[in-house]
Amino acid sequence: MFQYWNGYLFVALFIILGVFLPVAALWIIGPLLRPNHPTQGKRSTYESGLEPFGDARVRYNARYYLFALLFVVFDVETLFLYPWAVSFKKLGLFALVEMLIFLFLLVIGLVYAWRKKVLEWT
Amino acid sequence: MWHWEANPLNGPAVLGMIIGGVVILLMTLGVVTYSILWQRKLIGWIQWRIGPNRVGPLGLFQTIADVIKLLIKEDVIPEKSDRAMFLLAPIIAFVPSFTVLAVIPFSAHHVFTANAAIGALFYIALSAITIHGVMLGAWASNNKYSLIGGMRSAAMMVSYEIPLGLSIVGVVLMAGSINLNDIVEAQARSGWWNVVPQILGFIVFLIASTAELNRTPFDLAEAESELVAGYHTEYSGFRFAFFMLTEYVYLFAMAGLCATLYLGGWSGPFLPGWLWFAIKVFLYISFQFWLQATMPRMRIDQLMTFSWKVLLPLALVNLVLTAVIKAFV
Repeated sequence: MFQYWNGYLFVALFIILGVFLPVAALWIIGPLLRPNHPTQGKRSTYESGLEPFGDARVRYNARYYLFALLFVVFDVETLFLYPWAVSFKKLGLFALVEMLIFLFLLVIGLVYAWRKKVLEWT
Repeated sequence: MWHWEANPLNGPAVLGMIIGGVVILLMTLGVVTYSILWQRKLIGWIQWRIGPNRVGPLGLFQTIADVIKLLIKEDVIPEKSDRAMFLLAPIIAFVPSFTVLAVIPFSAHHVFTANAAIGALFYIALSAITIHGVMLGAWASNNKYSLIGGMRSAAMMVSYEIPLGLSIVGVVLMAGSINLNDIVEAQARSGWWNVVPQILGFIVFLIASTAELNRTPFDLAEAESELVAGYHTEYSGFRFAFFMLTEYVYLFAMAGLCATLYLGGWSGPFLPGWLWFAIKVFLYISFQFWLQATMPRMRIDQLMTFSWKVLLPLALVNLVLTAVIKAFV
């Protein structure tokens, strides 16, 4: 019990230290050391020396969205596999067959995406 | 007395815990400092150069000088950027990179490690948060190079996380536990490091982890010949330094994870545990720098196709093979 909670207190300590370091460096020590002379030229967007034109936030290639969808499917699958792998020894042959069916269904999904050319980047 | 592990927390135990955390923080900063120097030296030697050798003996203070230089540089915030998100993004990227180190077992003693029951899953879940920092930074910059770099980075991390996760399931099957300490102990007990029975999973893990780290040949997110600097184009001074720090802390953490999962962690004959761990981490980091010096960059279409059509089926084959062998042997 204590082992469980103390472990996560340690994790919480790491989060506190991880926030402390950038806050100390960027907001407490940083302003004392660095100069601050913002000028118009400095603050304009970098575009390889040209005058920046338009806005960067434009409509974007839908390919990224398809990969994100595929990712959700397979990431949830991976998540299901972790508890299965931990208790595999106890569950025995039944769990193996069950998981093979589960994987088979997902592989069909992958093959479908493959044949539909979702995985091509053109 | 100092061991905070299995006892209710009292004064010395709390102190031990805080000392443990601070020691890991300082060690991480030290490892990052000298792995950057080692990177420049090693790549220099591979390319028949000397590498940095001016600041301090053998150039040993080069990275420290670079950090001080970044600290006294002006922090430029572009006027078209989304100010709040622009300021927050490096922190969102950095915090998980450091927090994952809490579950890596550096040695057999648990003073420096949370003996978390969900170790491997914790690493994968937290490391996925960094991509939000990268995407936010890229979006908030309002710069075309940044946005392309950020989108590429997101697509790549997302694609390669699946083979990475699936290859780790193979290791979890071998040990019957997600706890990283148990995984090391299972390897120490069996006498085989997982790299031998899980060789296919190890290869998948090695490639996918290189992609997760945004390193050559998968460094499309900051392809300097086309995207200037990728997602941190608009960042300057110490904010830029935190993105770089994140990258190298992840290199260290991923080296630790690779050593733990496949190379037996702190287990090994003769030498003390922490030294074995350090040797394995050093080998992984050097391997990454070797790749960087010798490999050309991939194209984005090759990159995405490679993950889904090669690595994912390989990881599934590895998983099914491991499960079948484990069930019948």
